[in-house]
Amino acid sequence: MTTTATIGVLAVQGDVREHLQALERGGARATTVRRRSELEAVDGLVVPGGESTTMDKLVRVFELQQPLRERIAAGLPVYGSCAGMIMLADRLADGAPGQQTLGGMDILVRRNAFGRQLDSFEEDLHIRELGGEPVRAVFIRAPWVEEAGPTVEVLARVEHGPATGRIVAARQRNLLVTSFHPEVTGDHRVHRLFADIVRESLRERS
Amino acid sequence: MTEQQTAPTSGTGTTRVKRGMAEMLKGGVIMDVVTAEQARIAEDAGAVAVMALERVPADIRAQGGVSRMSDPDMIDSIIEAVSVPVMAKARIGHFVEAQVLQSLGVDYVDESEVLTPADYANHIDKWAFTVPFVCGATNLGEALRRITEGAAMIRSKGEAGTGDVSNATTHMRTLRAEINRLRSMEPDELYVAAKELQAPHDLVREVAETGKLPVVLFTAGGIATPADAAMMMQLGAEGVFVGSGIFKSGNPAQRAEAIVKATTFHDDPDVVAKVSRGLGEAMVGINVDDIPQPHRLAERGW
Repeated sequence: MTTTATIGVLAVQGDVREHLQALERGGARATTVRRRSELEAVDGLVVPGGESTTMDKLVRVFELQQPLRERIAAGLPVYGSCAGMIMLADRLADGAPGQQTLGGMDILVRRNAFGRQLDSFEEDLHIRELGGEPVRAVFIRAPWVEEAGPTVEVLARVEHGPATGRIVAARQRNLLVTSFHPEVTGDHRVHRLFADIVRESLRERS
Repeated sequence: MTEQQTAPTSGTGTTRVKRGMAEMLKGGVIMDVVTAEQARIAEDAGAVAVMALERVPADIRAQGGVSRMSDPDMIDSIIEAVSVPVMAKARIGHFVEAQVLQSLGVDYVDESEVLTPADYANHIDKWAFTVPFVCGATNLGEALRRITEGAAMIRSKGEAGTGDVSNATTHMRTLRAEINRLRSMEPDELYVAAKELQAPHDLVREVAETGKLPVVLFTAGGIATPADAAMMMQLGAEGVFVGSGIFKSGNPAQRAEAIVKATTFHDDPDVVAKVSRGLGEAMVGINVDDIPQPHRLAERGW
């Protein structure tokens, strides 16, 4: 028996198509969300990679910020990759002047923490929740989690180089964040994990 | 160099990291800026990145002369001023300008026909760099040749500095038509198609199978209004470069923000209508037809 979950991808800016594909290949039904009515129709939401300042601007201009905050507070499962991680952080370091987040997760995230594009890189990460095979993690002008509250479960840390030990994947109940972009690698295990979180939350509600 | 260079597969400067950066810009607007102050206005208006250059194309056109990479001090001041990605232009074939831009830490290099070409035979070998490159194209063969040289993002060229969107339209429609033509072909026809496109067969086959370029496709050259941006998105662009259109207009901050909104809601005429109100004067345009052939920038590069 399977519950069919509909997962939205916030589609104001960013790599929306890659997330839609990854969700569908990870066994979920996926749709874009740009309006309040579309937000109301989904059981879970992905905030994609992109430019967090632009996303912040657009969710405010198109009056999505408050509805998003309300649904997150009410327990909507949300997965944020890169810019999406920034959007879900309660506290932000190195944001642009006036930049706001949606919040929801008890973390301090540092924007562009690894540096500029020249410092963008890929490496393997070992994430127990995803099984034995390492995940190819692609970091693009990526943020990291600088502080995590007591209810936050750390899923992955950088394993090599000067940033070794920095938190790059975490979960707090229904909220999941990664600094990296699983959607550009063809490995859909992170999206499958998120789809499981969404299905679990649907079961709890019914 | 006898062997073709390729990108590393781990660490920095991989193909995924370079092309992935462009994926993150999708649905966004990249704005030309010539000062730190303009860069801040662009960031504040919601630009996903800024393009640092010495003079916007409309001024290059008006003033003439040789146009080159910007002053490193100016690029530094823009990098310092904003937290969004900063791109900068190098002349076609000028690999040392590109080396300098990489050394300055820019996030993307635009090997651009808007500047005066430095080499009329060769483009830059873009595989040799850690920094990713965006290049212009007027058709599919040109786009695939740039990708073969290592470009991680393509923009249709349009005709920069005119405020006349017609060439951008032509280039987007041409790219789309040529991709559709490949899709309809049998595998054994793709060899001749590759010959005609003057592009490698493996890339031609990839486009035929996926129905899209292997890298992100933006549009550029002549976009001056929210409706222009929305039309390009409806024609298949994944994002928009706006050059002279913003800072040569009456009210840059408001126009910049309107173009950002129209790009996101490109398929919703109500939104495009709403954001098009009260923007003041658009940049003064030049019809592409009035520009004598040797002064058309889109014809630089091959």
